[in-house]
Amino acid sequence: MVFITRRATFSASHFYWNDAWPAEKNQQVFGRCANRNGHGHNYTLEVTLAGEPDPVTGFVVDLKWLKDVMEREVLAAYDHKHLNLDAPEFAHSIPTTENIAIAAWKRLEPAINAAGGARLSWIRVYETPEIFAEYRGEA
Amino acid sequence: MKAYFGRRYTISASHRLHTPALTADENRATYGKCNNENGHGHNYVVEVMVGGAVGVDTGMVVDLVALDQAVRDRVVDRFDHANLNLDPLFAGRVPTTENLCRTIYALLQDALPAGELEHVRVEETENNYFEFSSGG
Repeated sequence: MVFITRRATFSASHFYWNDAWPAEKNQQVFGRCANRNGHGHNYTLEVTLAGEPDPVTGFVVDLKWLKDVMEREVLAAYDHKHLNLDAPEFAHSIPTTENIAIAAWKRLEPAINAAGGARLSWIRVYETPEIFAEYRGEA
Repeated sequence: MKAYFGRRYTISASHRLHTPALTADENRATYGKCNNENGHGHNYVVEVMVGGAVGVDTGMVVDLVALDQAVRDRVVDRFDHANLNLDPLFAGRVPTTENLCRTIYALLQDALPAGELEHVRVEETENNYFEFSSGG
């Protein structure tokens, strides 16, 4: 088994807010991230697939294909967008780094499974170089 | 759903790799430049990864501010701008980055505001790092 990782970046804005809470609690829990006018990050998305190298091509997966899938399924929805307002999955879910990693998994998994080769292994989303979240498909 | 939250911290510290179990020559042969009698230092990067259920209300595995506080109290304030050899936790132990990594894991294991400690990675320089995980 070989793990292969492709990295991409996207720039997006967001804010953290739970509609079920009063404003004071949102500000207390989320601090600066609760500013309703939003703020932004240059995110890095890392997608790791696991599989056996093809005996003919030597590829676990064609990286150009993976790049295209990431662009179509994730970057088209998130890059230069406001995650709360432009991405339907965040209409009722807070676009934390954890939730972005889970949402990116859900966006990518069908296309990767449909290709029938390497499997999605984990997804990492860096909000800054010092803050990141990882999702491994666990319940 | 279970996810993992990672955070990276920097600590600047000095150390000397030397063990009384070896002779002076053996120490030099084993540790090379790192055996320099007066020590040397690094900007260590400490990566802390916490695993746990993503809170339905918060979307978070662990609160970043609370995690920062715990790591600052237990690790950063202890080791940043310090000489690792002089810390009681390294009395009789060589402050290799392997040992520093396990020491930081032990300091944080019971100190997290939420979730479980998944791994601690310590990068001594850009070109070498060590990791200790819950499976270890």
